[in-house]
This record gives sequence, C-alpha cells and structure tokens, in this order.
Amino acid sequence: MSKALLYDSTVCIGCKQCEQACASQNKLPYDDTIAAEEKQSAHKMTVVLTRGEKFMRRLCMNCTDPSCASVCPVGAIQKTALGPVTYDASKCMGCRYCMVACPFSVPKYEWGKLVPKVQKCTMCPDRVAAGKQTACAEICPTGATKFGERDALIAEAEKRIRENPGKYVEHIYGLEEVGGTSVLLLSSVPFETFGYQTGLSKDPMPMLTYRVLSHIPDFIPLGGMVLGGVWWITHRREEVALAEGRVAPGKSTDSKTANKNGRKP
Amino acid sequence: MARTNFKFTFWKLVFLFLMAAGLYATFVRFTQGLGASTHLSDQFPWGIWISFDVLCGVMLAAGGFTLTAAVHILNIKRLHSIIRPTILTAFLGYILVCAALMYDLGKPYNIWHPLIMRNPHSVMFEVAYCVMLYTTVLALEFSPIVLERFNLQKPLKVVRAILIPLVICGVILSTLHQSSLGTLYLIVPEKLYPLWYTPLLPVFFFLSAIAVGLAMTIFESSMSSKHFGLQLELPVLQELGRVLVVVLGVYAILRFEDLANRGVLGLALRPGYEMYLFWLEISLAVILPLALLVQRKVRSSANGLYLAAVLVVLGFITNRMNVSITGFEGSTGIRYFPKWTELAVTGMIIAAGFALFGMAVKYLPIFPKEEPTHEPVTMDVSPVKVSPAQVPAVMEHAGD
Repeated sequence: MSKALLYDSTVCIGCKQCEQACASQNKLPYDDTIAAEEKQSAHKMTVVLTRGEKFMRRLCMNCTDPSCASVCPVGAIQKTALGPVTYDASKCMGCRYCMVACPFSVPKYEWGKLVPKVQKCTMCPDRVAAGKQTACAEICPTGATKFGERDALIAEAEKRIRENPGKYVEHIYGLEEVGGTSVLLLSSVPFETFGYQTGLSKDPMPMLTYRVLSHIPDFIPLGGMVLGGVWWITHRREEVALAEGRVAPGKSTDSKTANKNGRKP
Repeated sequence: MARTNFKFTFWKLVFLFLMAAGLYATFVRFTQGLGASTHLSDQFPWGIWISFDVLCGVMLAAGGFTLTAAVHILNIKRLHSIIRPTILTAFLGYILVCAALMYDLGKPYNIWHPLIMRNPHSVMFEVAYCVMLYTTVLALEFSPIVLERFNLQKPLKVVRAILIPLVICGVILSTLHQSSLGTLYLIVPEKLYPLWYTPLLPVFFFLSAIAVGLAMTIFESSMSSKHFGLQLELPVLQELGRVLVVVLGVYAILRFEDLANRGVLGLALRPGYEMYLFWLEISLAVILPLALLVQRKVRSSANGLYLAAVLVVLGFITNRMNVSITGFEGSTGIRYFPKWTELAVTGMIIAAGFALFGMAVKYLPIFPKEEPTHEPVTMDVSPVKVSPAQVPAVMEHAGD
C-alpha cells in the first residue's frame, strides 16, 4: 500500500530538526546559515517556514500522479508504488521541464554546477523500501510529521479536524489537490499564508497533456492516408488530363490554380 | 555574401562581432555552467534559449513542411521555384535549434537519452523524437541539391524514388511537433497567464506555424532578391500572400473566440504588463498584416508583401515569447530578462544561420539560374527563373 506523510502544523514547534535530518540523509551541507534560509533550493529539500507563531513545512508533495514524472522525456523521475517520487540523475539530460511543469514548483536545479542535477525531496525511497520511516518523520520530536499508510493518515487527519472544531482550517491539503499527494498537510491558518496554492484542479495534471498525446497513434496513419490520397488525386487528375489530350504534355493541369491565374490581371 | 561593396563590409563586421561575442559566451557557458551564463533560476527555469532559439526557431522553419506539402502533395506547381530556398531555411533552422539545445540542456551530452529511455507520456519526448526524425527528413529532402552539385546520379535516383513518402512523413512529423510545442504548456494551467493558457494551444501553435512558414518564404525570397541580385518571383509570392490572409483570418477568429469562450476577454482590456504585450503580439501578428494584405494594391506589390511578412514573423515571435516568458512572470513573481551571454549565444546562432544560408546560395544550386535550364534531370525542384511571363514555362518544367 501507498505510504504518505502527515504534517500537522499545529503540533510543529519549528525546531527544524527535519531540515537537518533531511540534509544528512541526502548528503547535503547544513549549518546555521542554511537553517536561516526560508526557501527550498538545490541544497535544501525541505524547509520549515515561520510566520509569527505559526510554522509550515514545504517539501515535495510526492503526488499520486506527478506532473514531473509525466513530463520527463527520459523517465528519470518515477512514481513508485510505495509512494516516493524518485529521481535518477544519470538518466537526466537537464531539460528542466519538470521544474516548469510542477504545480508546486518543487524541483530545484544546481545552477552553479557544470554537471547539474535536479534536487527535490524524494521521500527517502531507500528507507521506505526497507520498511523504515522517512528521515524527517523519524527525527520529529513532537510527531508533527508522521509517516504511515496514506489511507490511515487521511482517517487520522479527518479525526483531528472533527475532534477539534475551530482549531484547523477544514481542509486536508494534498487529499485531492492535483489528484492527491503523498504528503498531507493540516493547518490552523489558511494555506495561502505559506504560499500553498488552493483551488488547484482535483484532476491529475498529466491528463491535460495526455489527452492530446493519446491521439498521436491515430493521427499518424490517418494523416498518412489523407496526404497520400490527396497526392494520388492531384496527380491522377493530371494524368487523366494528359491522356484525354486536354493539355499539351508537360503543361500544368492544376485547374484550380490555372483558373485563379487566369482571373488575375 | 558575394558583393564587395560597403553594405557587405558592414554586415561582415556585424557578423564578426556576433560570432566573437557568441564564442566568448559559449566559453562562459561550458566552463562555468548555466548559473554563470544565464539569468535562469529555480523560479524561471526556461529562458530565451528555449523561447527564442527553440520555440521560434522551429516555428521559423515551418516553411519547409508548408511548401513541400503545397508543391508535392497538393501539386501546386507554380510554387516549385521557391521550394529549394525554403527547404534550405528549414534544414538550417532545425540544425540551429539542435545547436541551441546543446547550450540549454544542463547535461547536453545526454541529449541522445530519449532514444533508449522512453517516456511516451511526455510531450518533450514526442517533440524530441519528431525533431530528430524531421531533421533527418529535411536532410534527405535537402540532399538532392548537394548530390546534384556533385553530379552523383545514383543516390539522387534513390532520394527521388522515396520523395513522396518522405514529404508525407515530413508533413506528419511537423504537424505533430509544431503543435506539441504548444502542448508542452498545457500542463501548467495554474502558472501561465490566462491570455495565453488555453486548451487550444496546440492548434494555435500549428496554425501560426503555417502562417509563419508562408511569411518566412516571402521574407527570404524578398531578402534573397535584394542581396543576391536574383529576380523576385512576385506572382508566386502574391499567391502565398493570398493564402496568408486566409490563415491569419482563421487564426484571429479562433483566438478571440477562444478568449471569449473562456471568459477572459476582459483581461485583454485590463491595463498592465500582460495587456500591452498581448496587444503588441496581436497587432504585429494579425491586425496590421491583415489590414495590409486585404488591400489588393499592397498584396500585389513586392514591398507590401515584404512588410506584411516581416510583421507576421515579428508578431508570432512575440507570441512565442509571451507564451513562454511573459505569461509566466505573473505567477512566478519574477521579471526575467536574458543575461548578455544568453543574448550573445542567440545572436551568434542567428548570424550563423544567415552566413550558412549565404554560403549555401553561393555554392549550391539553390536559386533559379538567370538562364532557364532545361536539363531533364532535377525532378522536384529544378532551378528555373520565374517571371510573370514565364509561369507556363515553369509549369511545363515542373511536370517532370
């Protein structure tokens, strides 16, 4: 079954231990300067945002039907059955379509490097495959980030909202956004406060392009037949005209253009 | 490039300057990476190398499939005489698009990966395949010109035998990837400004490619007649001008109907950055050229056609820039302007295009010779001079 993370921002104390654990898990540098950076970047896959007394994590949502995986021409990004959306740098050619396509603008690029990679949280695929929690969930001292089965976490989130009227915004972010994500968020303040776009489509984004792409296999033989047919007709018309002696050999028989031409001054 | 007068010297200096700047920018790009050589960022991952060099590059090369379809499929023989320069433009265009991609890709040496790592759900994958295959088709369509030059009869015969299937492949591939460059942006409804995001993007990209293909053919024929001292094939260009009116008309109607249907027509009247660029695009691409071309006097004059063609080309360049840059600036909150190195590389690529075109014209049988040649060979694209009085002669010849 598909795993997920539930982050309850009302429980978070902003200790940023998840940031540190994430950095060490992904072999990225982490110090006070990086801790102070309030945005995701190629060296910071998750960030705890602070707005007054409120905190909110940002990380890859690991969508159920991810745009990034759908647009990657070489399949470097994959959605695994367990939940994580993984990235294989050796396949990547650096077209950065994933960065353009991501509805949450999560993938970041190593602009300064000569051999750059895309960097994003991949939900600790090795740990998850080994039956362990993600690094951020494991380190979290308050249980604000909780790892588990997606279905169970949804039930848990619904329960928390139900049992604490007025505490939460009545919305589980990630339950339906872009067809659902493997990261679920609860908040006591509107999600927009932390830059989360609400009002995203409930349908998976990849459908938007696939609806067009799926016509290609039909289009190729159809197009070939139509073009071939038109070619046959236009040339056959010429042959017939020749055989009937309507035009001298070699003269154009394109009656349409010939007429048009005749009309012209 | 053959004249040695002041004009030539001036353009030569411009050319050398662009090449020097471009080569230095190339050095910066490949020794210091994308960060140092571009104004791209995590918020703005695609810049002018995609917007202009790739999107516009492919669009400007659209004359290739438009004209080959008209001549070989629709059998409109009067267009024969301009098919060679058009194929040359298209072929050079695609080569330059591939060159530009080498700058833009983070890891350009992996450009071959789509060959073996396939993701058929990706529009980019489809574009990669189509561009690759169509460049091959163009190379083959272009090859008779080179083979003829060196009088290689055997391979020439082979290419001629497969010409029609080749043209059909070319038209299908072009239809697919010209429209797919629009499909690329279908996946970002929440990021692209509503004046440009529409489910009809693929249709608009395809229609405008046809318009630009026609306009580019008029443009390059006019330029060539000025700079290479060739006779202008005015009746042919007039014919293209008439078709251009129809294509632009259809495009304009669909475009505004789409805006109205999606209920965003109001945005076109809401003063702001996007509105100004939208109307710049629409005026250049549609309103002004249509206003010019519907007048018979303009449509039948060489200068009028040239002006309209330049407007159409500039207009749809603005359109591609709007879709890929302007339309994203609102949602990302970033004003992107290319770094000098990005402009230098683009400038070098454009300069290389002009220089290669000039060289090809000089050394290969691209344009009709001054004396009509009547060698029986050159099946598809025999170089013949065209003037109003000679149209029947062209038809006669083209019947081979």
